[in-house]
Amino acid sequence: MVNGDPAPERIPEALAAPRAGRSLPLVWIVPAVALAIGGWLAVSTWLERGPVVEIHFRTAEGLQAGKTRIKYKDVDVGHIGEISLAADLTGIVATAHLGKGTDKLLVEDTRFWVVRPRISGSTVSGLQTLLSGNYVALDVGKSTQRRRLFIGLEQPPAFTTDAPGRQLTLRSEDIGSLDIGSPVYYRRLQVGQVAAYALEGDGKAVKVTIFINAPYDRFVSAASRFWHASGIDVALDADGVRVKTESLVSLAVGGIAFATPFEEAEPAPITSDMLFELYRSQTLAFKSPDRIADSYVLVFNQSVRGLQPGAPVDFRGIVVGEVAAIHTQYDPQNERISIPVEIRIYPERFTSRLRGGAPKSGRLGKDGKFVARLVDRGLRAQLRTASLLTGQLYVALDFFPDAPRARLDLAQSPPELPTTPSTLEDLHATLVSLANKLERVPLEQMAADFTRTLQSVDSLARRLDTELAPEARATLAEMRKTLSEATKTMGDASRTFGAAEKSLAPDSALFAELQDAAREFARTAQSLRTLADYLERNPQALLRGKSADTP
Amino acid sequence: MSAAAAELGLLACGTCGLVSRAPAAPAAACPRCRTRLAFRKPASIAHCWAYLVAAMVLYVPANTLPIMYTSSLFGSSEDTIMSGVLFLWESGSWYLALIVFVASIVVPLVKLIALAALLVSVQLGWRSRRAERARLYRLIESIGRWSMLDIFVVALLVALVQLTALAAVRAGPAAPAFGAVVVLTMAAAQSFDPRLIWDGERRPRA
Repeated sequence: MVNGDPAPERIPEALAAPRAGRSLPLVWIVPAVALAIGGWLAVSTWLERGPVVEIHFRTAEGLQAGKTRIKYKDVDVGHIGEISLAADLTGIVATAHLGKGTDKLLVEDTRFWVVRPRISGSTVSGLQTLLSGNYVALDVGKSTQRRRLFIGLEQPPAFTTDAPGRQLTLRSEDIGSLDIGSPVYYRRLQVGQVAAYALEGDGKAVKVTIFINAPYDRFVSAASRFWHASGIDVALDADGVRVKTESLVSLAVGGIAFATPFEEAEPAPITSDMLFELYRSQTLAFKSPDRIADSYVLVFNQSVRGLQPGAPVDFRGIVVGEVAAIHTQYDPQNERISIPVEIRIYPERFTSRLRGGAPKSGRLGKDGKFVARLVDRGLRAQLRTASLLTGQLYVALDFFPDAPRARLDLAQSPPELPTTPSTLEDLHATLVSLANKLERVPLEQMAADFTRTLQSVDSLARRLDTELAPEARATLAEMRKTLSEATKTMGDASRTFGAAEKSLAPDSALFAELQDAAREFARTAQSLRTLADYLERNPQALLRGKSADTP
Repeated sequence: MSAAAAELGLLACGTCGLVSRAPAAPAAACPRCRTRLAFRKPASIAHCWAYLVAAMVLYVPANTLPIMYTSSLFGSSEDTIMSGVLFLWESGSWYLALIVFVASIVVPLVKLIALAALLVSVQLGWRSRRAERARLYRLIESIGRWSMLDIFVVALLVALVQLTALAAVRAGPAAPAFGAVVVLTMAAAQSFDPRLIWDGERRPRA
């Protein structure tokens, strides 16, 4: 106690209390727990950190640093952290922060693209991004090589790497109305879509990459033919006018159709670098591919008006070639002008495909000897009118055994195939000779003879009229009488039959009686049989009468 | 003339305010309300340090981790306190940004630093600027709860914005950490005995 308290006695003394337990160690649990929590948060955050990659895009359109998400199969796997211009100013570099465990997504052929609302001819995609904002989608590749730098796609790929199916490359003269996503049809069923297209290096053709979805990809074989399915195919043939189109969609946005010719017994497997031809139409696609062409020259001694390069060369109705060129030639030595017509014949079209199996490798006219033999047997070329309306001509090959003999000069290149005048010319010649013959016919004498014959026929008819007619009339009257009598007899017979039928009807009295009688008869027969049986077993009954029943 | 109550052997009850003389026993209790009495809060500095260290530790995740996940039709985002401030600043609401920045970042930081400074000064027995230090302590005590603003906002949003498909707000890991920081700094401020500032004042001030 300190002396000099102001009023110590008025201040109450505090109560004595037991010593409080030391709380010092306990309170240090608080920072320990805080440290543990903080450490755990730090560690878990650090562990959650995934890889950081850079993606190059052409523009940052629709991308927002720190906001734009990265999705794989619509699962959020990360976000775009920063966006900066590329060093060479050709595009932008988006730094993508991906979640934990996404390392295996980031391989050599992984593709990134921005999902934005897109409306193309046949497809509308990414509409949800109108509300949710654009996002970056990725498609995981198949490579195992890890990568940290990617080039983003400008267009979303038409199919993802893990989509089952098959990718094919087609070569086309032009792109037509195709676009990415245009449908691919097989038997008018959509089985795939156009994935990409690019001009070939030399600019002469377009390479179209299509994707056939499983399970339809097994209908594609090395023999499959592809054609543009856009537009309408109008054909006029023996069946009338036919309008063909794949579907209304393909009519509007274009498309590709394919089919596999049935004769291919064993479709060859498709190699990955196989290039298919994309034909302009189905007809063209199914034309046999003409890899070999033999040229011949035909010289006609008539007008070739109506014959055009590209006109068909036909062998008994089958197109086997076409007219390549029509020239005029002046031969100064003989002072003659001739019109050599150059034709191309595709010998493969002569190859038999009907027998099945692979077409025989035999080829018409490889050395020309075979054709020479055919010429010996009368093979000739002839100009024929394809259409009387338009006057179009075509070249026909056929056998004319009666034609004057000719030889195929194999030394000449191209060899000259002998020709024969066209049927129209033939007809003309025949008509002239016919007219000459007709002139020599004695027409007046023939007319006089004819008149005389007619007169004798007339007199004969008159005699028949006077002599034969009355007798025939009497005979006819008698016949009519006989016939009426026969009719009466028939009526009687019919009546008799009717009565018989009525009496035999199932509900007639006679029928019932007959049935009763038959039943009675059956009963009598039965008792007779019983009697006979009894007598057989007991012959003495005949003498003694029926004995009492004995067992 | 002034003398410390402890030097006079007097105890003040923190609950009912009664002043009493210290008994001979090692511990004392208020004769009126039975509150345990001591000259200084027992182990004040140790308690204060413990809470302060815990608050410092949790201050880091509270500011670096996202405090709120927002997902809506228009995409989802996660926000840290600082990104929220920046967003407000960039969108033109600089006054709101200032409020959030002060309440959520400056105040807790000031509290942590100030408390640490007070503790160090008391432990080293500094004698200068006692009045300023006392004022600092009063300031810390009074602004302690302001920082709960953020937590209230997050708690309200999480509870209210649950429109399943349209929008949803979830609290991030920083929210509990931040709440813990606020609570711990308040506890630290509570456990600090400001009388320690004045201890060691041998001579009455002029």
